[in-house]
Amino acid sequence: MKRATKQKLRRWALYTLLIVIAVAVGLLADWPTIQKAFFDPEIAADMFPEVLTTAAKNTIVYTAMAFALGLVLALFLALMKRSSVRPYRWIATTYIELFRGLPALVTLSLVAFGLPIALGVRIPGGTLGKGTIGLGIVAAAYMAETIRAGIEAVPRGQMEAARSLGMSRGSAMQSIVLPQSFRNIIPPLTNEMVILIKDTSLYFVLGTTIISKELTKFGNDFMSATFNGTPLVVIALVYLAITLPLTRFVAQLEKRAARAR
Amino acid sequence: MNQDKTAPPIQVVRLHKYFGELEVLRGIDFVVDNGEVVCIVGPSGSGKSTLLRCVNLLEEPTSGQVLVEGIDMTDSETDIDEVRSRIGMVFQQFNLFPHLTVLRNLTIAQRKVLGRSEEEADDVANRVLDRVGLSDKTNEFPIRLSGGQQQRVAIARSLCMNPDMMLFDEPTSALDPELVGEVLDVMRGLAEEGMTMMVVTHEMGFARQVGDRVAFIDGGVIVEDGPPDDVLLRPQHERTKKFLEAVLQQ
Ligand SMILES: Nc1ncnc2c1ncn2[C@@H]1O[C@H](COP(=O)(O)OP(=O)(O)OP(=O)(O)O)[C@@H](O)[C@H]1O
Ligand SMILES: [Mg+2]
Repeated sequence: MKRATKQKLRRWALYTLLIVIAVAVGLLADWPTIQKAFFDPEIAADMFPEVLTTAAKNTIVYTAMAFALGLVLALFLALMKRSSVRPYRWIATTYIELFRGLPALVTLSLVAFGLPIALGVRIPGGTLGKGTIGLGIVAAAYMAETIRAGIEAVPRGQMEAARSLGMSRGSAMQSIVLPQSFRNIIPPLTNEMVILIKDTSLYFVLGTTIISKELTKFGNDFMSATFNGTPLVVIALVYLAITLPLTRFVAQLEKRAARAR
Repeated sequence: MNQDKTAPPIQVVRLHKYFGELEVLRGIDFVVDNGEVVCIVGPSGSGKSTLLRCVNLLEEPTSGQVLVEGIDMTDSETDIDEVRSRIGMVFQQFNLFPHLTVLRNLTIAQRKVLGRSEEEADDVANRVLDRVGLSDKTNEFPIRLSGGQQQRVAIARSLCMNPDMMLFDEPTSALDPELVGEVLDVMRGLAEEGMTMMVVTHEMGFARQVGDRVAFIDGGVIVEDGPPDDVLLRPQHERTKKFLEAVLQQ
């Protein structure tokens, strides 16, 4: 048999297998029950508009705030890691290792419950305030390495050219090196944002009120109230509606970067 | 700042530079006078780039002095950024800012360092671009230009700062042979206008025609330093002769 024919046969076998499985699932599954348990249009309709106006909105706001704080912290950490002053490097390294090593849930609880006890202060802003600080701290640990790698990928000659024109280190970093590094940084940072979107579901440990629920908490509570899986399907779709454009965006950027190379 | 306009633009005194254990410059004494064009030749790894980079303190001298217009570059009191803005530097790899258009490449340091207004900076940039023959490339990004054009933009970028002197580190070594001429022409023009220049180069023709002096450096010391024809045609030292033979054979 020729190799092409063999390959064709194998492909056909795989398709056939797929169809057999699909038909089996289709015949064996109890569709009416599944539909009632997961695709009940009345329950789904009940979730609106709050699932968007409260839950999805909260998820997005929580993510944006944590990401913004994380980005600022990460930039400082990245610059500290490159500092010529050794203690700065140590602090940055310790921070990064520590918060990458802990589960986000632990950091979140430490910030929300430990910090007020330790420092005797109340963190303002309720769920948003506590969550932003907690998750921002975690996000910074991940983003710092990304930013540092992005800075280091910019050829040394760029800094040297800027400095030899008389620009200060800070000025050269800000208007020559960082803008170039963003190109390398944006795809991994967007991935980090997708992770953050999902991590805001951990905010349930902070205790939530009706208006501060994010998507997961909202869906879970709705599920408990209705004894039905439909709310989970609805929030799953909302999550995807948020994350898919972002992951597509990254894929697009990476494709473009690959072409530019 | 004790800037002394009667002091030579560049004065290097007993300069030593180590990279770790490796002594790359072993006691260099060197003066470049006002309006002088000094070409520096020597084999690969002899310390030419390091010497040049010590002048504007891209490399920190291990010991010795570098005086620019009488200002001690190694003095911690010296405002390095200010002095650097008066020293143009052109690199082998151009080092243009790829995320900025040609015009912005030329204006960013004018704005940030000299505090010029956008209008003024654009004005200067356009004039300088015209002079290096690239006024039609104002809004291009560097990647769209040929190597020779990129290097001319790099020279223009330095000129926009109205430097008192220019350092060139093998400005034509990364260029295709047919593009070398256009860059050397710009440099020749600068020399004719009286720009003080320190040029590391392998272009012996340029060194002879344009250079006021040629210094041959080998193993981190200046072996020979004098008028181009003396050094290049009648070298006194064995090492210089060997080097020139090797270069001419290529
Ligand atoms: N940053 C550095 N760290 C360690 N060693 C270095 C560094 N820069 C240069 N050197 C070494 O110093 C020596 C002189 O380098 P330099 O670049 O000054 O030589 P060069 O004369 O410019 O050579 P070329 O003609 O190849 O450019 C070389 O052995 C080089 O490997
Ligand atoms: Mg060199």
